[in-house]
Amino acid sequence: MIKIEVRLFATFRNGRGKKVFVEMDQPTVEDVLQSINITNEEVAILLVNGQDGHFDQVLIEGDYLSIFPPVGGG
Amino acid sequence: MYGYHGKILRINLKTQEVKVETLDLDTAKKFIGGRGLGTKFMMDEVDPKVDALSPENKLMVVTGPLTGTATPTGGRYMVVTKSPLTGTIASSNSGGFWGAELKFCGYDMIILEDKSEEPIYLNIVDDKIEFKSAKHLWGKLVGEVTDELQEAHGAKARVMTIGPAGENLSLLAAIMNEKDRAAGRSGVGAVMGSKNLKAIVVKGSNKVGIHDPEALKAVFKDSLKKIRENGVTGEGLPTYGTAVLVNIINENGAYPVNNFQESYDPEADKISGESMKEDYLVRKNPCYRCPIACGRWVEVDGKQMAGPEYETLWAFGSDCGIRDLKEVLLANDWCNELGLDTISAGTTLAAAMELRELDLVKAEEIEGQPLEFGNVNAIVEWTKKMAYREGFGDKLAEGSYRLCDMYGRPDLSMSVKKQELPAYDPRGIQGQGLQYATSNRGGCHVRGYLISPEILGLPEKIDKNALDGKAFWAKAFQDLTASIDSAGLCLFTSFALGADDYAALINAVCGTDHTGDTIFAAGERIWNIEKMFNLESGVAPSEDKLPRRLLEDAIPDGPSKGQVHQLDKLLPEYYELRGWTKGGIPTDERLAELGLK
Repeated sequence: MIKIEVRLFATFRNGRGKKVFVEMDQPTVEDVLQSINITNEEVAILLVNGQDGHFDQVLIEGDYLSIFPPVGGG
Repeated sequence: MYGYHGKILRINLKTQEVKVETLDLDTAKKFIGGRGLGTKFMMDEVDPKVDALSPENKLMVVTGPLTGTATPTGGRYMVVTKSPLTGTIASSNSGGFWGAELKFCGYDMIILEDKSEEPIYLNIVDDKIEFKSAKHLWGKLVGEVTDELQEAHGAKARVMTIGPAGENLSLLAAIMNEKDRAAGRSGVGAVMGSKNLKAIVVKGSNKVGIHDPEALKAVFKDSLKKIRENGVTGEGLPTYGTAVLVNIINENGAYPVNNFQESYDPEADKISGESMKEDYLVRKNPCYRCPIACGRWVEVDGKQMAGPEYETLWAFGSDCGIRDLKEVLLANDWCNELGLDTISAGTTLAAAMELRELDLVKAEEIEGQPLEFGNVNAIVEWTKKMAYREGFGDKLAEGSYRLCDMYGRPDLSMSVKKQELPAYDPRGIQGQGLQYATSNRGGCHVRGYLISPEILGLPEKIDKNALDGKAFWAKAFQDLTASIDSAGLCLFTSFALGADDYAALINAVCGTDHTGDTIFAAGERIWNIEKMFNLESGVAPSEDKLPRRLLEDAIPDGPSKGQVHQLDKLLPEYYELRGWTKGGIPTDERLAELGLK
């Protein structure tokens, strides 16, 4: 089992808070998101350790996710 | 006459002579309007070598063919002049309602010439143009001036004005309308101040002619649907405003901290769009006919005011080492009242803080709050002193490049062509860095917002760290943006709309036969004429560069740790795609193809 930090932003915080920790065995990004009831389709920006990530990416100890719904520009 | 009224209002501020001239529609269509048309007039009428703050410089206030029409966001205007900050062409875009009201007065553009001997303001009601003394307004804040002029000329009159920063010729001065919308960048407010022109009041009753109202209805409906169904324009921007970018850019490790010394801020969330919504947001603050409504309205200690954009939160926030949202909101409000560009004002303070950190600026030079990273009490005080040129504020008013140059370290100014960079560290977003370096008005994110594909994934996601394809994307975004700016629409529509949509909107209004390709081609023409103005003004191609720090000093920590910007690998391909020489100069052949020779 590894512990993955998920940083949540914008409307993903509703009902979940700013950050959650998920403990799973060899999870992919998709597995982690499913466990907190977020579908791939809802995610517009997906970062693993601050770099562009993929839903089928297998995570390792120490990885963290940052996820955003469709948001904006400036 | 469709889209354009076909009329130019030429005003000599010294002689108070007013002429109404005919706008050549072929020229107008070639350059679309706004930014393009204004630059064409600057090239034809003003020596690019002119001192920007001399009476010989002209101030062009230009609408687009879609300004004042029933197109989504069709209310924008451009201020085009020579910039006192950069020496380049300046074209600063503003929303709100003033641009549409100017169009309702029956003019496509105003050309302001020479300099009034005394402070004046203009009152324009359709074909009635009045020169009024502004002695009683000189020195007053933007909000107060706006209230007084609306009291004098009616609540429906729209007011554009400079604040004390423009009067005092701060090179960071903006031109404000509706109190909180700004033609913010490149020091256009100082040009207005140099002409002793405090304000322009407009109230009009002329509708804009529409070539095909039925077609416009259909295109409008289609555009609106795309804007509403797009996640960014339909949900993200309306809910959080641009401030939502604080966390996005920070999580990407491209969020500059302490004058770009670092690029990740563990405490950024304290000044984020999410925090602003939670603690201060009262409502949205939309511009004319805008379905997006990204503008914010906040309340601080019982006082309501316009809320800041992302750039402002960052400039006065993390770039100055500050994570106190309330102080940043107040600094933003003071910039609106004083008429200051929030990006350049905040980042000039950050540069001063680094000079102080290095003890190049001595403690005894700073009378008042210490200019030190993280001093929450410094930002409002020094913003005011910057606008009034009080004490050390006199040096701050010159912008970060001139300030750092005074202390022998111009490399500490995080600027391009002397204009301060916005809130994206290009070491972590390679395409945006190329865009910064080649921007025709110096450090700027909205000349080609590559954050859209590199970070937000619109219209498609590209690798932020890759170099391949970035020259193509930079050119394409720069050209399309030039056309959007010239049409009179907000750039934010481009998250949802493409070149074909803009062609359809312009065709329905003007009766033109644009295609997506001709929209890009018009933008390229505009980009090249801007470049020609800059070259003739003496801004050498070698100024297409980035600050040394971004090219040589690796990001010390965070997600982009170890990265520098690789401009030397991107610039040659960019010049080649533009059809310019290897040295970055448009060739005669390319200019001829674009109809500029």
